[in-house]
Amino acid sequence: MSAHAAVADGHGAGSTKLFSWVWAWLMLLTAVEVFLAYERINVTLMFVILVGLSLIKSALIISYFMHLRFERLSLFLILIPAMVFCICMMLIMFFPDSVRLLQMRGH
Amino acid sequence: MSDHEIEFAAESPWSGGGSPFAMNSKKFGMWLFIISDSLTFSALLISYAWVRLATPEWPRPFEIWPAIAKSTLMTVFLLSSSLTMVLGVAAAHKGDRKKAVRYILLTMLGGLAFVILHATEWMHLIQVEHVTPWSNPWHVPLFGGAFFGLTGMHMLHVTIGVIYLGIVAWGHAKGKFSSEDVEVSGLYWHFVDLVWMFIFPMVYLLSVNLKG
Repeated sequence: MSAHAAVADGHGAGSTKLFSWVWAWLMLLTAVEVFLAYERINVTLMFVILVGLSLIKSALIISYFMHLRFERLSLFLILIPAMVFCICMMLIMFFPDSVRLLQMRGH
Repeated sequence: MSDHEIEFAAESPWSGGGSPFAMNSKKFGMWLFIISDSLTFSALLISYAWVRLATPEWPRPFEIWPAIAKSTLMTVFLLSSSLTMVLGVAAAHKGDRKKAVRYILLTMLGGLAFVILHATEWMHLIQVEHVTPWSNPWHVPLFGGAFFGLTGMHMLHVTIGVIYLGIVAWGHAKGKFSSEDVEVSGLYWHFVDLVWMFIFPMVYLLSVNLKG
């Protein structure tokens, strides 16, 4: 009975108010990003800050809009860690080389 | 899948239950597609980030008007269309077909506004700045390919999304597609929104024209 209630909750979870708040936060973070773009910061640091903010935004979208927060834990476990692992592997291949090139150019 | 089956699976997820995730196969299929598509975009974005960071003379062509103003407005359209999609899915689950279809149509409108604005922004780059995938006035050959490749791939997803939502709205209005189908199309739409959350800062905001 309780399991059925959980499934039913899975459909109804999240109110208009909650979704509007998530939307407002996403807009706010976007505004912060646009503001930061006009600060004169070193491009690598700027990149890290912007990607960091984007990761927060995508976590909000996945958790609330895409509902993952209200799904079973098993779904999260089978999808997200494997994806994160693959992306980390791509990062390991790419970035040391990118930084090495910068140093070779003397910047 | 009937409620009874879902209930059974939810009670015994790892003991031979048919659905350890307590969801229908369409929704699970969409999740798998989203994960694989996110890896495609990750590869594109990471290789773009590689050339962007390794090229100190990378052009910064994006002026406040039109590029940054338009792309910010496009972000607002896409985020707002995600909100209307979420409300559409909620209405569909409550059985309010009319309201659900109206929200899906609003979502499509946001998507269309995004595509049209993006197309004008492309035309400006092509006709005024003379950027093509093969050449540009700033002598960084990879700029055009990276820009049009990334934004083009995303625009393709938005265009397909608008068509997909149109089909779902029509089917849901006719009673052919259930609220689950609306939810599955919603997952795709939010994913397209999510990808733009990376492309917008990495392509546009990292290359704003600071002199302008």
